[in-house]
Amino acid sequence: MTISAFPPGILLVLGGLVLPFVAPKVRATIVLVLPLIVLWSIWQIGDGVQLAVPFLDYELAVVKGDALSRLFATVFAIMAFAGGLYALNQKQVSELAAAFVYAGSAIGVAFAGDLITVFVFWEIMALGSTMVIWAARTPESYKASMRYLMIHLLGGILLMVGIVAHVADTGSVAFQAMTPHSFGTWLMLAGFLINAGAPPLTAWLPDAYPEASFSGTVFLSAFTTKTAVYVLIRGFPGAEILIYIGVYMIFYGIIYALLENDARRILSYSIINQVGFMITGIGIGGEMALNGAAAHAFTHIIYKGLLLMSAGSVLYMTGGKRKCTDLGGLFQSMPLTCVCGIIGALAISSFPLTSGFISKSMIAQAASDQQMFFVWMCLAAASAGVFLHAGIKFPWFVFFQKDSGLRPKDPPWNMKAAMIFFAFLCIALGVAPGPLYDILPFSTSYEPYTVPHVVNQLQLLLFAGLSFFLALPLMKRTLTISLDWDWFYRRLGEWLVRFLVRGIVEMRRDILATLSSLLESFIRTTFRSHGPDGIMARTNAVGPSVAVIVIMLTLFMLVFYIGV
Amino acid sequence: MNEQTELNWLVRPTTIKLLWRVGFGVLALLVLADFIIHPHAAFGIDGSFGFYSWYGLLTCLAMIFFSKFLALFLKRKDTYYDD
Repeated sequence: MTISAFPPGILLVLGGLVLPFVAPKVRATIVLVLPLIVLWSIWQIGDGVQLAVPFLDYELAVVKGDALSRLFATVFAIMAFAGGLYALNQKQVSELAAAFVYAGSAIGVAFAGDLITVFVFWEIMALGSTMVIWAARTPESYKASMRYLMIHLLGGILLMVGIVAHVADTGSVAFQAMTPHSFGTWLMLAGFLINAGAPPLTAWLPDAYPEASFSGTVFLSAFTTKTAVYVLIRGFPGAEILIYIGVYMIFYGIIYALLENDARRILSYSIINQVGFMITGIGIGGEMALNGAAAHAFTHIIYKGLLLMSAGSVLYMTGGKRKCTDLGGLFQSMPLTCVCGIIGALAISSFPLTSGFISKSMIAQAASDQQMFFVWMCLAAASAGVFLHAGIKFPWFVFFQKDSGLRPKDPPWNMKAAMIFFAFLCIALGVAPGPLYDILPFSTSYEPYTVPHVVNQLQLLLFAGLSFFLALPLMKRTLTISLDWDWFYRRLGEWLVRFLVRGIVEMRRDILATLSSLLESFIRTTFRSHGPDGIMARTNAVGPSVAVIVIMLTLFMLVFYIGV
Repeated sequence: MNEQTELNWLVRPTTIKLLWRVGFGVLALLVLADFIIHPHAAFGIDGSFGFYSWYGLLTCLAMIFFSKFLALFLKRKDTYYDD
């Protein structure tokens, strides 16, 4: 095994495990240098199986390279680097360690050539991400992480059962394109979709991610949902059901984000919205759509990371404020955070000259090429809606809106540097998409910058912006949340359990009451006959006793005599 | 020093008025741009005059109203899940 064949994901996982045990200076060096080494090693991996390990009767392809794998692994490594830079001043070392394990296992999934390897890294990801949430060390984050873990363990079980059934069907553990047609493939699809935040289990994401620390949420936004996108591109390209699931997620994200008050929850809903675009693209299928989904995952990780870094900076510098009702007017004292937040917001809205424009439009183009009118109309409306819920709403309520009186400064240098780096990438990829297009899974000659496309996109977005300011009174934030599917397990489930528990408690009480009354009456009866005053306890004189015996014997003799 | 000068220039009423005017100017120019550009329309309707403008505006208003409608049923105090 040469150095280039050493799994880059495992390298990052090992690095993460070492972090808590080294001196702070060494730790900072590892955090900044290791992701770059991993990035280098990702690009040393050629096409085909690079590392095979025998396991039971199977040959596991632990590292198998192709363009799609390298694309996702690349953006995961970039994210690990920028997230590490941003989190350098994070005091909880466990968070960084967990984040590196989490990122490394995401890279592991990207290079997994067989389903068993996918599953192993999948589960490590679930544990790593849970520990990232934990690292916030608040009661809320602990509870949210337990709900999060439960959902992901469920997803893991579905995936495992699916893999077992699929292997039993086909005899092969290879991870390649499938169609959902059998028990095994359906279960695998469900397991993948849970990590993507697909309905009905959408709520875990906005429930858990915002509870992590200022830097933890940045890591969380990148890996879980995007590995799900990756495995869906590889495993279920063109599966029609994904179109409907994706469209649901797109509008779900917009609607819930519009109602939300917590800035980081707005951005979490927006993750589901953006992943919805990717899932729709995967469902459309074909080279253009799959390229679009992959490219959008790449650009999304960067601009969403940037948006959450901006929100995290506000959280960090204001001592934990993240509700729109508490914020506003911060542009005056946090200019850099504000500008970077706006760049991220423009990129997520697919403004021309930003990264979102050159990736998302490929998905709409594919819908248009395949004459999917309904899907195309949905995607266009949703593009406008993204500007509404994330593009304007987030920066408006956090940085402008009203003067909250807060005057926090821009965050420390490392957080600023990470934001500038990602803001630069958002614009660079938007201005010069060539390098990204070159590493997409399929070669493409797509040209996003045509005059009509740019003008039409600006029309769509700016009129969406107009609608925001026209409806501003309706957008006024209130101290509320919106019920979601998680109500079923957080409230209805709790009630059911309480109801059942109460039923069981009452039944136990009734049984005990019946038993004890039976016991009591037995004791009472026995006491009556055998107690001190009972008939059995009476003392009798000898005379009457002899008389009774004589009478009994006489009777016996008479009966015997008559009977014979 | 009156209150006007203490306000950041971006939030002064005069600036806000100016921003609205510039904004409407840009929107008008964008709509008029439809006279000049010749998009390759895949479905017909997407090539009609002003399509992207009215579609962006109306779908967004529809989403806002729909979300307010859903809020009637789904809105709860943000302490709802706190024990």
